[in-house]
Amino acid sequence: MPEITLIEGLRQAMDEELARDERVFIVGEDVGPRGGVFRATQGLFEKYGAGRVIDSPLAELSIVGVGIGAALYGMRPICEIQFADFIYPALNQIINEAAKICYRSAGEWTVPMVIRAPYGGGIGGGLYHSQSVETLFCHVPGLKVVIPSTPYDAKGLLKSAVRDPNPVLVFEPKKGYRLIKGEVPEGEGELVPLGQARITRQGSDLSVIAYGMMHYYCLQAAEAVARDGIEVEVVDLRTLKPLDKQAILSSIKKTGKVLIVHEDNLTGGFGAEIAAILADEAFTDLDAPIRRLAGPDVPAVPYSHPLQSWFMPDAEKIAAAMRDLAAY
Amino acid sequence: MATTVEEHSTSLRKDDLIEMYWTMLLARRLDERAWVLHRQGRIAFHISGIGHEAAQVGAAFALRRGVDWVVPYYRDLAMILSLGLTPREFALSIMGKKGDPSSGGRQMPSHWSLRRANVVSHSAPVATQTTHAVGIALGIKMTGDDAVAITSIGEGSTAQGEWYEGVNWAAIHHLPVIFLVENNMYAISVRQEQQMAVRHVADKAAGLGLPGVSVDGMDILKVHEAVSEAASRARAGEGPTLVEAKVYRLTPHSSDDDDRSYRSREEVAEWRARDPLDRFAAQLLDQRHLAPEAVAEMDARARQEVDEAIQFAESALYPEVSEGAYPVYAEDIPHA
Repeated sequence: MPEITLIEGLRQAMDEELARDERVFIVGEDVGPRGGVFRATQGLFEKYGAGRVIDSPLAELSIVGVGIGAALYGMRPICEIQFADFIYPALNQIINEAAKICYRSAGEWTVPMVIRAPYGGGIGGGLYHSQSVETLFCHVPGLKVVIPSTPYDAKGLLKSAVRDPNPVLVFEPKKGYRLIKGEVPEGEGELVPLGQARITRQGSDLSVIAYGMMHYYCLQAAEAVARDGIEVEVVDLRTLKPLDKQAILSSIKKTGKVLIVHEDNLTGGFGAEIAAILADEAFTDLDAPIRRLAGPDVPAVPYSHPLQSWFMPDAEKIAAAMRDLAAY
Repeated sequence: MATTVEEHSTSLRKDDLIEMYWTMLLARRLDERAWVLHRQGRIAFHISGIGHEAAQVGAAFALRRGVDWVVPYYRDLAMILSLGLTPREFALSIMGKKGDPSSGGRQMPSHWSLRRANVVSHSAPVATQTTHAVGIALGIKMTGDDAVAITSIGEGSTAQGEWYEGVNWAAIHHLPVIFLVENNMYAISVRQEQQMAVRHVADKAAGLGLPGVSVDGMDILKVHEAVSEAASRARAGEGPTLVEAKVYRLTPHSSDDDDRSYRSREEVAEWRARDPLDRFAAQLLDQRHLAPEAVAEMDARARQEVDEAIQFAESALYPEVSEGAYPVYAEDIPHA
């Protein structure tokens, strides 16, 4: 099996879905001849033409709003927001429109669309090219939220998202676009169903729950602490909404200890929701307090290298938190 | 100066003209009844389109109903009636009863959706519908379908960035969409002069690269003609048009508004003398398309239909409480 990068997995998913279904199209800033600022859509403009790989005006709200209209008409838009940090102008369309149209029309109208956005820090992007925005959308009924952490999942989840009859946000760990490589079968790719977490490392001492770039670091940290005899089970959520509660509960039943890791701010982050679920549904399985390792509660990731490193959870910080929890 | 039927809209036959008048009349009587029901405490909310009927019916009759796509706003009762909403359905919606076709009792009244007539669900934050109409027009263009999208909006809402983004996009891609602005001079209490520096909303079109026309929205035939031309342009691949229909809202903004705080009774009385319903009746009488007895008979029939619709809705069931949980996702739709 060939080894490809995470971004190549995304590109292949879009290529295959464009070829499979003529209702599918891509719209966003610089997605055309430029192939996207990260090259996620490279070659697709040449292959499918300006009618299906559309360079939008530099106005994020309209990318989503026009996408919603096209979806209502029966098309299958894949909207690209260039950086997750720039998604805020489109919040009215995502939260008030895309998320609510099915409910408010009693199911007469649905919005089958994908919104892709690179997220996360560690690339020197400063406050406005580093943000993690997933939790905002996890609060909103009507949306699905997907965050892949491997090339295989990136391809399979994005293909599933395109075929899903609901609005699906796919947040892509941009630092992992080319850093994370993995085997993906050639040819028509397999679908990875939305809503299913994956145990990516078996362990008995404690469970770590993560997604995206943090999942990648958690695996590295788990290898590091294994040398000290601590066996960590790693859960990659893959889909945050709908959440695979059963996978989390099963893992905690086995290990009795849990560390939740995300690079979004601590307060009100997705870890808080998981902690609440565990406190409610896994109380008797817990042998230690629920621990969270997250970005600090400052407005966003600072640019200067030491400041960025201070902000970002990494394999070293995660390993320290694992050791601390294992010793409890 | 009154417009004669002959001067305009040669595509309209006598039967069309009478149906247009009937729809305006029915909208007016339903709207008036909703105000009464609200004051009686029998419904929680009403938002009125009285004064806008000529603009809405004139526009709707310029469309191919069931073929073209409509993305309306909350003042469009007469437009949606033109497209096939029944008085019973409107009555169900204002009472939040089961069978309300816009939302099954989930949305406030007058937040339309009528799938069978290609009327798309819209929300309350203004101008959110503009980009949807543009996306629909993009879909029409991509599929090569023979349809046009139209979206309506008030003049105040054209101050929104959402509106500019949508119109800009449509102009760039020459999409088959009509932007109908029902300019009633007030955004609740704030006059047009405090919403924009231009005299006509249609003037905004020049800066966005599409044609803009401004017509007397109290004259149904003028609106019909302008929207017909815009639809022809759209179908011919010539792109979008902004049509401004100058109207006057003869009632407060909604059942919760008191317009005495921001406009004089004299001003309202002056506009009431130009009531578009009376004006169209006078034209039809003058052209001998209708006899005075026919006008009276239609009015009695409209009142009777409204009575019957309200009675029907009052005896209709509310949604089951369990319906509140669905359908959040498309997968839930069989449960809805």
